[in-house]
Amino acid sequence: MTSQVAERTWQHNVHLSGGAPAERPGEPAWLSAARRSAFDWLSQHGFPTRKDEDWRYFDLAPVLGLAFSPNREPSIEPRAADLGAVAGPSLGGPRLVVLNGRYSPLLSDVTLGLGDGLHVASLAGEIRDGGPGLAQRWGDGAYSHAFDALNAALAVDGVYIELAPQTTADAAIEIVYLTVAAGDLPLVSPRSVIFAQAGSRATIVETHLGLGHGHSLTNSHTRVVLAAGAHVEHYRFQAEGPEASHLSVVEVHAGEASRFASRTLAVGGLRARHEVRARLVAPSAELRLDGLYLPAGEQCHDNPVLVEHLAPGCTSRQLYKGIVKDAGHGIFNGHVIVGAAAVGTEAHQTNKTLLLSDRAEVDTRPRLEIFTDEVAATHGAAVGQLDQDALFYLRSRGIPDRDAQAMLVAGFAADVLDGFAPGPVRGLADRLVGSHLEAGSGAYQPEVKR
Amino acid sequence: MSGAPLDLEELAGRSYAYGFVTDLDTDLAPKGLNEEVIGMISAKKEEPDWLLDWRLRAYRHWRTMSEPVWQNVRFDPIDYDDIIYYAAPKTKEALSSLDEVDPEIRAMFDKLGISLAEQERLSGVAIDAVVDSVSVATTFQAKLAEAGVVFCSFSEAVRRYPELVRPHLGSVVSYRDNFFAALNSAVFTDGSFCYVPKGVRCPMELSTYFRINAAGTGQFERTLIVVEDGAEVSYLEGCTAPMRDENQLHAAVVELVAMEGAKIKYSTVQNWYPGDAEGRGGIYNFVTKRGLCTGARSKISWTQVETGSAITWKYPGVVLKGDESVGEFYSVALSANHQQADTGTKMIHIGRDTKSTIVSKAISAGHGQNTYRGLVKMLRSAEGARNHTRCDSLLIGPDCGAHTFPYIEVKHPTARAEHEASTSKVSEDQLFYARQRGIPEEEATSMIVNGFCREVFKELPMEFAVEAQRLLSVSLEGAVG
Amino acid sequence: MLVIEGLHVEVGRTEILAGLDLAIPAGEIHAVMGPNGAGKSTLANVLAGRDGYRVTAGRVKFLDHDLLAMSPEERAAAGVFLAFQQPVEIPGVPNMYFLRTALNSLQRAHGLAEIGPSEFLALAQDKVRLVGIDPALMSRSVNEGFSGGEKKRNEILQLAVLEPRLAILDETDSGLDIDALRVVADGVNALRRPDRAALVITHHRRLLDLLVPDRVHVLVGGRIIRSGGAELAGELERTGYTGLRDDRRDPVATIGASR
Repeated sequence: MTSQVAERTWQHNVHLSGGAPAERPGEPAWLSAARRSAFDWLSQHGFPTRKDEDWRYFDLAPVLGLAFSPNREPSIEPRAADLGAVAGPSLGGPRLVVLNGRYSPLLSDVTLGLGDGLHVASLAGEIRDGGPGLAQRWGDGAYSHAFDALNAALAVDGVYIELAPQTTADAAIEIVYLTVAAGDLPLVSPRSVIFAQAGSRATIVETHLGLGHGHSLTNSHTRVVLAAGAHVEHYRFQAEGPEASHLSVVEVHAGEASRFASRTLAVGGLRARHEVRARLVAPSAELRLDGLYLPAGEQCHDNPVLVEHLAPGCTSRQLYKGIVKDAGHGIFNGHVIVGAAAVGTEAHQTNKTLLLSDRAEVDTRPRLEIFTDEVAATHGAAVGQLDQDALFYLRSRGIPDRDAQAMLVAGFAADVLDGFAPGPVRGLADRLVGSHLEAGSGAYQPEVKR
Repeated sequence: MSGAPLDLEELAGRSYAYGFVTDLDTDLAPKGLNEEVIGMISAKKEEPDWLLDWRLRAYRHWRTMSEPVWQNVRFDPIDYDDIIYYAAPKTKEALSSLDEVDPEIRAMFDKLGISLAEQERLSGVAIDAVVDSVSVATTFQAKLAEAGVVFCSFSEAVRRYPELVRPHLGSVVSYRDNFFAALNSAVFTDGSFCYVPKGVRCPMELSTYFRINAAGTGQFERTLIVVEDGAEVSYLEGCTAPMRDENQLHAAVVELVAMEGAKIKYSTVQNWYPGDAEGRGGIYNFVTKRGLCTGARSKISWTQVETGSAITWKYPGVVLKGDESVGEFYSVALSANHQQADTGTKMIHIGRDTKSTIVSKAISAGHGQNTYRGLVKMLRSAEGARNHTRCDSLLIGPDCGAHTFPYIEVKHPTARAEHEASTSKVSEDQLFYARQRGIPEEEATSMIVNGFCREVFKELPMEFAVEAQRLLSVSLEGAVG
Repeated sequence: MLVIEGLHVEVGRTEILAGLDLAIPAGEIHAVMGPNGAGKSTLANVLAGRDGYRVTAGRVKFLDHDLLAMSPEERAAAGVFLAFQQPVEIPGVPNMYFLRTALNSLQRAHGLAEIGPSEFLALAQDKVRLVGIDPALMSRSVNEGFSGGEKKRNEILQLAVLEPRLAILDETDSGLDIDALRVVADGVNALRRPDRAALVITHHRRLLDLLVPDRVHVLVGGRIIRSGGAELAGELERTGYTGLRDDRRDPVATIGASR
């Protein structure tokens, strides 16, 4: 089968270009061991196929069919002005730029918003100079799929952020992942670790952007560890280039009475998968996961969300909304597991999708798995088009069809967007949504009712 | 009064009431499965060559397949060579009237509360009684024939009405569909066949009662219902089996065909032996049921109450091919003790303005595991299709589980699918309210659970609704508190 | 009939009732009034046996029973009825069926014959008319989709059918128009008999004007701080609860008076 051939090619490429991963000179032993185990996992399990429940709707074949090469230096050296053009103005805090998987001191700007108790470094720097704690926070050796393991095997750099106990970082900390391609098929594997110690607070904004032309594959992993009472607001903006493949994982480990909110906004890439995996390991943690994805053209946006309730009294809420245009394909793959120990759990999961074209496609799978009776869990999913009555109502009040539609689409997205912090973060979201909806192949033309 | 649940107290102390074994003189095939055994089954049934060929094709395909693995369902591997694929109570050559039914069999059905004597039937339900691998009696055949309705055992249908059977056999559920459908196609022994001609509204409810009696056997029945343009039928099935420490396999296939404007209502009260409190024994109920709304404005409605079996695996589905056709699925599934239920439906919308409704009520108690798995698929041709799914789970006790796995796949912008689900335990407020009015806790719980299921029960024919409520209450006994 | 002595009750880690004493003799209607958060609903729920309330001290005697040792259904069988402040919806359970099951549960607890469906229908129809509840609501699910007023009427219907020894009304009057209020008052007055009693919890005078209680108690801060005749309700309306704080030092004397 093609996929087997592709897989072999892949493994071959990855080994050749990356070198034997366990023998990276100068790396600590724990990291070599972690790489080796990730590689072992990968060769044991192989790449997923559509027979894997979690990859049922996301077609990996085109990704596996391309001979991506890992850890390439960027073929073009972008300048600060190039970055500004795609990333927009600073959000008012430190901006850390990761260029093709490596931290770029040149493009980064850490003059703003660094205060006491906030430690920011490149991951490579932290590996080299940091304390032994990173070994524990690097990852737990559990991979949800081959790309997850691949990142652990290949990642050499990214960002490390640590907040001392009771610290509050006032301004949003921005991580920009810039993938530059020029027909050289780069596979970039950035990895970031965010460690929020007890009672600390921060806002972290991860933005994935692309420059250049041709295919690229971003396979990123961000691990967020929240100690007791920590509170992290996290954002992930995915606005990669039109030919980019994007596979990002945000992995969350939530301690007692911690609060974590993550909001994903996806407009870019050709094939993009925005995974969140959260484990609520201690009592009374609160989790909020929202997403807005807008596949248009031939884009496919997949949103796997896994929440594991492993301790009593935790709360999780998910609200994911998709707006699908043209021949876009929107996927929601939500999964909530409530373990036997998680008494008093409250878990809610909602997915709504708006179909704006004849060729649009939607798959949604909100799953609940519950192993104890002391729970209140709900989930809901709805798929449909714009409310024709509302559309008619607006038009009868003199609002032109196109504006009326835009108004309703904006209304549909509002409850997710309203969760974005007012100010520069919301501004960035509005800008991305606005330009994305205006582009594409024009507004949806409602069909004439029979 | 509308749908008043029956008094529950009279049932106190009852558990599985159908677990007896009847000593019947039984004709058994040797254990194991090979082409010879299939040939033997086919020969015993005096089947035509086309059917034997079909069985053998299915068997050869089955051998290329592997047993499925399901999330949240656990069972030891089944040894398919340790099963008897044909078991039939020995009877006289041919029955000329119902009076000739073996008195032992008649007594067994009396004990199950099913009378095979037509004059004793009050409600005019025609019954096909299937014991192990064969149909032993079908009532009211003459009366049905007057209306042009054919209702008989599958074997008889193959002999007498091959022109009605052959075009439809495997047309809805191909033998390639899944592992158990393939197995069934190879070895199916009997079941019911029903044909309702154009414009006829079947004058009475049709019913098949399935009984597993012999040990070490599997039951592989096959039911085919064909309803022509504008015709209607309501069909019910009930199932029981003796209490045994071994697990017995029941792998049935049901195919429904509804032509233009036809309506089929298919109701099941499944009460196969569920195993004991420790999870020993019980039936593995691995069933493929599907209806095809082939004509415009046709309607197929599945209602199921699943209280029995150690493991239930079934997804009665509807393929909505005809424009404006309607599919419905109403389900109550209860898993108590160590029972596992993995059930739901598949609604495939192909035609324009097709509509489907799914209401699933799952109850888990003890160590029971209940999974709803449902697929709603709206193809590019399904303009204006609608689905509404309501899926609720009730948990009783800390060791049970309830899982909901919907799949919604939409490829048309005017199609609309909605799915709502909730999972919780029996409300403390409701329980306290009822108890404050003097209703004891166990009874109050049973009442609340019955209320939870009412939306489904009201879809059942009256007689079955009462039976279903009773079963639910009995199955919950001991699980509460 | 009902004697509460030194009752202390906690919800979570907060003490809500702090040494409450109250006695209601047979044949009397007593009202308990008090500001929000005084512990009125807690008192009602503790008497009915709801979970989530921890009794840390005190006793409650009802007839010959140690009420606090009994399950909710045992209390109901002994004759305690709570008209809920927020009547609970029970989807799928027909209202009429619920009521009959409740009645027959009580019959059974008393060793009496159960009442068959047709006999019950006749009995219920009268009361349905009396309470002025829409008969269509009887075949609907218990309280499901009922308006606020309909729910309260339904509580009074249950009261009328189950004929308890002690009726506890937990703010049954809140949000009711005058017609519904009269139904509530009539329902309670109809049960006035020498061997029965009622405890009416409210913070408005309106219902008490129709009911005319034998005694009115003022509950503030988890204790009864003053007791008096029906006229006390009027006084409260003029002065408010703050004007009463002085009496708090001598609650024992008021209890003595109400016995």
